[in-house]
Order: sequence, then C-alpha cells, then structure tokens
Amino acid sequence: MSVIFMNYRSRDLVAPLWRSLAGGPLNTVLTLASVLMLALILPPLIHWAITDAVFSGTQEECRAASGACWAFLRAKARFILFAFYPGEHLWRPILVIVTLLGLMLASALPRLWGPALILAWPVTLALVWALMAGGTWTGGILARVSLNDWGGLPVTLLVWSTCMAFAFPAAVLLALARASDMGGLRLIAVTYIEVMRAIPMVAILYFAMLILPLALPQGVILDKLIRSTIMVALFWTAYLAEVVRGGLQTVGPGQAEAAQSLGLGYWRIMQLVVLPQALRQVIPGLVNLGIGFLLATSLLAVIGAFDLLNTARASTTDTQWLGFYDEAYAFAALIYFLLCYGGSRYSRWLETRLRRR
Amino acid sequence: MNIPLREAGPNEAGRGQSPHRRGVIPALVAWWGPRPYTQLALVLVILAGLWLLGQNIAAALEKAGISPGFAFLTRAASFQIGESVIPFSAGDTYLRAIGVGVINTLRVAAVGCVLAAFLGTALGVLGLMGNPLLTRLVRIYVELIRNTPLLLQLFFWIALARNLPGPKQAVHGGGIWLTNRGVYVPAPVVEAGWLWPLLASLAVIIAVLALRRFAGVRRGTWPVALALIAGLFWQAGLAFDIPALKGLNVRGRLVLSPEYAALLVALVVKFSAAIAEIVRAGILSVPEGQREAARTMGLSDWQIMRLVILPQALRVIVPLTTSVFLDLTKDSSLAVAIGYPDLVSVLNTTANTTGQAIEAVLIMAGTFLMLNLGVAALMNHYNRRVALRGEGRR
Repeated sequence: MSVIFMNYRSRDLVAPLWRSLAGGPLNTVLTLASVLMLALILPPLIHWAITDAVFSGTQEECRAASGACWAFLRAKARFILFAFYPGEHLWRPILVIVTLLGLMLASALPRLWGPALILAWPVTLALVWALMAGGTWTGGILARVSLNDWGGLPVTLLVWSTCMAFAFPAAVLLALARASDMGGLRLIAVTYIEVMRAIPMVAILYFAMLILPLALPQGVILDKLIRSTIMVALFWTAYLAEVVRGGLQTVGPGQAEAAQSLGLGYWRIMQLVVLPQALRQVIPGLVNLGIGFLLATSLLAVIGAFDLLNTARASTTDTQWLGFYDEAYAFAALIYFLLCYGGSRYSRWLETRLRRR
Repeated sequence: MNIPLREAGPNEAGRGQSPHRRGVIPALVAWWGPRPYTQLALVLVILAGLWLLGQNIAAALEKAGISPGFAFLTRAASFQIGESVIPFSAGDTYLRAIGVGVINTLRVAAVGCVLAAFLGTALGVLGLMGNPLLTRLVRIYVELIRNTPLLLQLFFWIALARNLPGPKQAVHGGGIWLTNRGVYVPAPVVEAGWLWPLLASLAVIIAVLALRRFAGVRRGTWPVALALIAGLFWQAGLAFDIPALKGLNVRGRLVLSPEYAALLVALVVKFSAAIAEIVRAGILSVPEGQREAARTMGLSDWQIMRLVILPQALRVIVPLTTSVFLDLTKDSSLAVAIGYPDLVSVLNTTANTTGQAIEAVLIMAGTFLMLNLGVAALMNHYNRRVALRGEGRR
C-alpha cells in the first residue's frame, strides 16, 4: 500500500518536471546547454571556494594553494569593515551599524509609518554621527576619533542614510515646485533636476573635491567625507524628485480641488490629501532607487574616501597579504548583495501588499 | 497641481482669469503665475547665493594665481594619454586632449550600449523560454549583477585583466587572445580601402528604403540587399585579420587595452542585467489573451512574436532602455578609477595640472548634458517610430 502511494507521489512530481525540462526538441537543447554551462562553471568554482581553499593559515600557505585564501579575510575582515577605527572603541561603529540597520528595518514596516518615524530619522542620525566622532560632540565622555580613521561599512551606511534623510524631504519640495502653477518656481526646479540628472555622479564628487573647498567662505574647512555627503545628497534629490513627481501625477486634480472647496490651504491639502496618496504610489520605486543609491555610495572610492569598497581594495595592498583581490571583493560583494537583495525582495513584497489594498 | 497658494486677489493674474488679455507680456505674467514678487525674490536669492559662492571661488583662485576662463584650452598639455584614436602626444593642446577623452568615452559607451542591448535581450528572452533550469540561471545572473556595485565589478574585471597570463601562455580561442597586454580580437580588413564598399552599401540601403517607400515593394527586399552588400565586400576583398602568436608576442590589428576591455565588460555585464529585466517586463506586459487570439488565427510562433508581441512590448521596452543607455554613458565615467583615459579622467588630469577646476567641471557637465540630449533625441525618434507603427497597424 505504501509502495503504491510512494510511486504515485513520485510520478506526480517527476513527470511535470521531466516535461518542462525535456518536452520538445528546443527545450531539450536549452536544458542540455544549461547543464553544460553549469558543468563548466560550478566545478572550478567549488574547487576555488571550498576544496582547494585555505581557511586558516599564513600567506605562504595561501600562495601554495590554488584555491581561495579565506585566511586573508580572517586577518583583514576587521580592516575591511572598520578601516583604522581604534580597536578599543570598536563597539562604537558596531553599534552604529546595528542602529542604522535597525532604523532601516523600522522604516520598512508599514505599521510604523508616521510622524514618530519621521522624527526618529534626524534624531538617530545625529546620535550616530556623535557616537562615531566622540570628543566634544558627546560632551567629552567618549574619546574623539578623527574622520581619517573612519571607514568601511559604517561610513557606507552613514553616508547613505544621511543623504537619504536630507534628499527625501528636499525631493518632495522640489517635486511640488515642479508641479506648481508658479512659473519661476517651476523654472528653478526643472533646471536643477535636469542638470543634475544629466551629469555623472563622478563629476559631482569631483565638484565636492575640487570646487566646493574654494566656494566655502574663508576659514571654513570641511572634511572630504562631509563635502561629498553634501554634494551627493543634492545630487540624489533630483532623482528622488522625479520619482515623487511621478506619484503626484497619479493623483487626479479632483482630489486637490475637493480639498480646496473644503477650505483647506495649500500646505494642508498637500499634507493631508495629495502627498499621502502620491507617495504611496511610488514607495516601491523609492525603495528601488534607495537600493541603487546604496550601490552608488561605492563611488566614494573614486575620490579616495574609505567606504566599504575602498577598504576592500586597500586591504589587498597590505604587504603582508598582497593581491588577494578576489577574496576581498567577494567579501564586500556579499555585504552589498545581502543589503540590496534584501531591499529588492522587500520592495516586491511591498508592491503586492500596497496593490492589495 | 494647479492650486493657487491662496485665494487669488483682485489684482493678481490667476491662470484661468486672463483669456481676454493677449500679447507676450500678459502671457508671460500668466505663465509666471501667482505670488509674482515672492517668486522673483526667491530667484534673486538663489542667484545671489550662487554669486556669493562665485565670489569666494574667484577670491580663492586669485590667491592661487589662477586666472579664470577657457584660455588654457589652447595651451600645451604636459601629460601623456595612455590610449587614443587620434594621434596625441605631450605638447599638444588641452583642447586636443579633451577631444581624445570625448572620443574614448564615446568609443566605450557606444560599443557598450550595442553589446549590452544584444546580451540583455538574449538573456531576457531566454529567461522566458519556459525552461525552469534556464530561467533560474538567468535569475541568478540578474540578481547577482544587479545587487552588487558597478565599481566593485569593475575592480574585479581590471584585476582579472591585469593578471591574465603573458602572450606565451595566453588563453585563446575563436581568434580571440586574452593576454596581460590586452585583448586581441579578429579585425576586418579590406585591402583596397573601406571607402568604396561602404559608399556602395549605403547606396544599396538608400535604394531599398526608396523602393519600400515609393514603389511599395516590401517582400524580400532586405535579404536581397544583404546579399548584395555581402557580395560587394567579398568583391572588395574583405578578410579577417586573425591574431596569432609570433615570437614572444601576439600580433593582431585590433588590440583592446586591459583598461578598455575591463571597462567594456563591466558596463556590458552590469547593464545587460538591467536590459534583461526590461525586456522580460516588456514581453510580460502583453496580455496573454493577445497571444491566444493570435494562435487561434493560425499564426506561427515566429509570426506571433514578430507581429503581435514585439510591437506592443517595444512600447514598454524602448523608453526604459533609453534611460539605461543614458546611465551606461554616464557610468562610463568610472573609467577614471582604473586609469582608462575617458573624458572625466582627462579633465581630472587637466584640473590637476592647470588648476582650472571650475572650467574642467563645466566642460564635463556640458559635454554630458549634450551627450544625454543626443542619446535621448535619437531614442525618442526610434520610440516615435515604434509607437507610430503600432498606430498605423491598428
């Protein structure tokens, strides 16, 4: 009895699979081609990453082996993640990473969307910057750590979240300006958005490096990291504004007219009627843009700021462990991948959830 | 959102209030809209802010002894450029150096757009073939590429390109040699020169277009034209120069530098993933009913694809692909991170050697603005054609 049952079950599972893989000549060819490709890629990859790899040991042992040198990561992971941040204060960047990831998670839950969350962003960011910097910012309780020693994942997350926190409200204002009935305002908004969107981010970073220091009043000196954060925030504002504008266009004019006839003023109409509907429409788009921005923070490496990608690259130039590019980049790629893949899965989940409503 | 900020007063020219007034100035006033003086004040404040920053910059430049302006463009540049299509050596003008950079940017962006479009379309279509194994493989590729930074991938490719074996142990196959000195690819060669066969081909294409347009001949025109063009090149003696190992080095006419090859591969891989997603979404956007209806009418799979699915899918695909091409062109500026002398890289060197940073950034912004407008105009033209074709067949 049980044998018949098993047989029935397995045929039920196997037959459709067989049909989908080998039904028809074209399908069979595609399956064979896929298997051939896997056979070409997988064995060397497994040999490199696992069977021939060195998991612990010295540089010499790594050089002798043909596989990956994971021992390199054991030695350099701290540098890749935190750069030169002093060892006895390492709990601070760790806390920063945890706090910022927590803030992102909290922002991801539709249940928590509200004024409290909007307030939580600037407060958390101020605390986190103070925690990283120490010194006078924390009233002298924590030791000061120079910006030169910052690096790795906390810098990537800090730049990303600070720029987002500035750019999002600015983008809403810019989108409203572009959609307003005031010609002068529209002109300013359109010029800003189109110029920013046409130039590459690298050019913006060079502007932050070369020109912004000259444009500041005499005696004001900002660190490279701060300058690029300011410029990148201004840059992202234009991209976010276009997405928000797309949301504004989905809200029919009747909504605002109805609210106006109730005697509401412009800002109340926007706050209570138009923006909630408009933003809801484009949240998945905003999340996707946010993921793109997280990847784009890696461009800070071009101007020599120590973000996650640049620490990974710098770790390969250590004379003790020279030239283990693949391992360093694989490690950084894994972190970026986990953050961004998680984000894109979340965006898809949110899209179906919002559509269901 | 045409909502006045407050109730329009009797003296204010609201938008809908002035149909009876005509002329340029009333139109301008109507366009400028409500709260005219507040707006004017805002514009002035912004201009004043920019002027103040400009003053700071001018003062800083004066202190450094740099005179602003574009006069430096005609001065001699003291640096070398790694690779160049037009001849360049130290001592040529900065203008020429920037020209080299523009050509290098165009060279990698144009080839990158074409290859990314082909690879992306192939991946998008393969992922929809209904083969579960292949679909999974395409998904893994797309997710892996999309969720890691382009610059990281670029660093990976350049490390790979620089660590390739020397010519003696080079990896080769199909006439392509991968060495640490560059990538050698087969080059088409016409001994008698390219001019006449190209001109003749152009004439054939124009003739075909004229035939289709004015004589209404449609069936079989393109295969005949292709055969004619192939014959033309065969007559002219088209041959392929296949790279080969000669002595200690690989000899070939077409060598891609490691930097160019790495940048091209990085851009193509990254943006093919984006295009694959767009193609997938475009084809899926055509309702299933369309396919079923076409099948009931007895159309073959190929006809369904060409006549029913593609015309509708292209309307989704083309505008989105336009912005991918623009992103690719802008992201080719990451070249500066690996030492490929593109426009941004050359301008960076220019700014460092002359101190004319503002002019350099202005040229950078201006050139990319023009490139963007150019690509957008080209793609909009194609987009209109795609849309019109759909309209015409309705």
